[in-house]
Amino acid sequence: MFTELNSILNTTPDSFTQGDFILLSDRQSDASFLIHHFLSLYLRARCKVWFLGLVQSFNHYSAISQRLGVSLTQAKEKGQLVFLEGLNESLSVLIPREADTGSEAMGFLRDPAVGLKSLYEFVRTSATSSGGGEPEPEEWGPPVLLVDDLSVLLSLGASVGAVLDFSHYCRATVCSQLQGNVVMLARCDGEEEEEDGDDGGSERLLRGLTHQCSLTLHVQGLPTGYCRDIHGQVEVCWRRRRGDGRCTQKKLFQYKVHDKGASFFAPGTSSAVL
Amino acid sequence: MAAPVSTVGKPSTERSPFNTTSFQKKTRTKLISIPGTRPSVQNGQLLVSTGVTSLDYLLGGGLAVGTVLLIEEDRYDSYSRMILKYFLAEGVVCRHELFVAAAQDNPDDILQELPAPILDDVAIHKPVEQPRLSCEPQDSLDAMKIAWRYQNLPKVQSALASSSRFGHYYDVSKTMEPEIRQAAKCHCFYLPEHPTHTMLESYSALLKSLQEVINREGFDVAAPMTKSRNILRIGLHSLGSALWGDDLSCHDNPRNGHALTTFLYGLRALLRSSLSVAVVTVPSHLIQDRALMGSITRLCDNAIALESFKGSERETNPLYKDYHGLLHVRQVPHLNCLASKLPDHKDLAFKLKRKQFTIEVSCQVAVHSFIFNRRDLLRKRSSRQQPHFIPEPINALEWQYDQ
Repeated sequence: MFTELNSILNTTPDSFTQGDFILLSDRQSDASFLIHHFLSLYLRARCKVWFLGLVQSFNHYSAISQRLGVSLTQAKEKGQLVFLEGLNESLSVLIPREADTGSEAMGFLRDPAVGLKSLYEFVRTSATSSGGGEPEPEEWGPPVLLVDDLSVLLSLGASVGAVLDFSHYCRATVCSQLQGNVVMLARCDGEEEEEDGDDGGSERLLRGLTHQCSLTLHVQGLPTGYCRDIHGQVEVCWRRRRGDGRCTQKKLFQYKVHDKGASFFAPGTSSAVL
Repeated sequence: MAAPVSTVGKPSTERSPFNTTSFQKKTRTKLISIPGTRPSVQNGQLLVSTGVTSLDYLLGGGLAVGTVLLIEEDRYDSYSRMILKYFLAEGVVCRHELFVAAAQDNPDDILQELPAPILDDVAIHKPVEQPRLSCEPQDSLDAMKIAWRYQNLPKVQSALASSSRFGHYYDVSKTMEPEIRQAAKCHCFYLPEHPTHTMLESYSALLKSLQEVINREGFDVAAPMTKSRNILRIGLHSLGSALWGDDLSCHDNPRNGHALTTFLYGLRALLRSSLSVAVVTVPSHLIQDRALMGSITRLCDNAIALESFKGSERETNPLYKDYHGLLHVRQVPHLNCLASKLPDHKDLAFKLKRKQFTIEVSCQVAVHSFIFNRRDLLRKRSSRQQPHFIPEPINALEWQYDQ
């Protein structure tokens, strides 16, 4: 986890708000380093974590988490982490063979028009099954669902409505019912002012998700252009409901990603400049 | 994952029965040695050369095994095809296995056009030499007068040994000798030979064929170590063009816009679990949907785009007379680590010389694109026609100090 980001968001492994829906988004940039931050944060906080790793292999996340001080293999063995490796599961669906006993989580690949119900069923059964049944040897904290990332579901043929439904169902189950947190990554490619309305599947998804969430971290490149020392800017937006109305608070930071973490600083205060 | 060097098993070293001491030199790392590969200095990833040394440098030392390089084709598919041929030729020289898939040309034709390697240290397997006539004064021909100490060293290696160098140079004016080419094992997938009824089936047939080759020839990382390991180089030509049955390049709103992206997802799944590397060329200038191009780029790991000056007004522009086109690095992956090695400069131009494909930072290109891209940016807001790529304004101040 990134200590500077923790202080910005006012979270520590010991105290963080529950029932949050956190949206990570990027525009022509790469926000996946934030997913690793939240993964290591919640694992350190001894939460029960469900991770839908749809774009990279398990070893990729494991290698990076190792550098951040958390062992994914150990967490998996202890039962703290439930990992869905999308790439692996998808092969058995895309190239069907006779003796296939893989889980049906990626079953939507066969016919994307059906929707993401099978993926949601995977989340729901693993989330609720841990409640009942035989008592677990260790007590874990509140459940957390991480999804990396949602936009690949659009590329695989799911419609924007299906993905929004999926995120809504996940939020209802994990945030409201189980008082846990949900962190999702959505990636966008176009400019903000897109003229044609046909395109914008990812734009519509982003807008729909932004409406549902309580905290967004939006990653973008620098508006002045490419710089080697500053990799981009992060806009943090709190959308908590306080009393009657919504209280929205925004903050802008610039960041640089290192080998073992990322540093965040106020715009213009990069060590390369000062 | 893109094969990290340490997890692939290696046959354990055998202990000699005649060891007088129990001391054994500890091998420094569990490095597997596959010819034509080397570990990356940044994160220990196993890298192969693309065949173009300047492109290797741009990609951070080479192409990581288990990843995909996407090349957005130039308008006439001349330079992207050249890079694909360099990639396959490098595979032949390093004795990797090849898999070539194409819908337009027969893969055998592509393989016959591979450029000839410029080899000093790798020999061509010559047929048995004619026995010399006894009357020929052989000794006097071979006797060295000055460098006589080197007389007894072999002039040429007798077999096609795998070269220990990483990255070779090729002479594009000559094609590779058939003897060298036939030494490498090639698998071909020519789409007209696999008749399919619907559009989506052409990509799934290709994916299925790829998986069959990977499992049969033992490139799977999980496969047992029965024989020595090798790399499979996959070259996929012009995916997304209409010849693959795809209407991405024909319609603004393609009916099955996710066929290619689903294939790329399956390709990534196959590559991450095997010792293979893929180069895919896509005619992006035909695809109007920028967001679709964006998702295609995100599903590949490395992405570059070529823009040749042929046929455009820039061909006669004196600023560009030294180069054949511009090269844009669209994406660099970060595999098994948080940070990716971004290229230092974004204004790159390439030139195809006879013995080298050079990619350079051109000051003139930088200045030109700084001036003209500002104009393009302003023009873009008003016109409906989007440019081929959205140029980033260069922070000229930083560029100056970087020099």
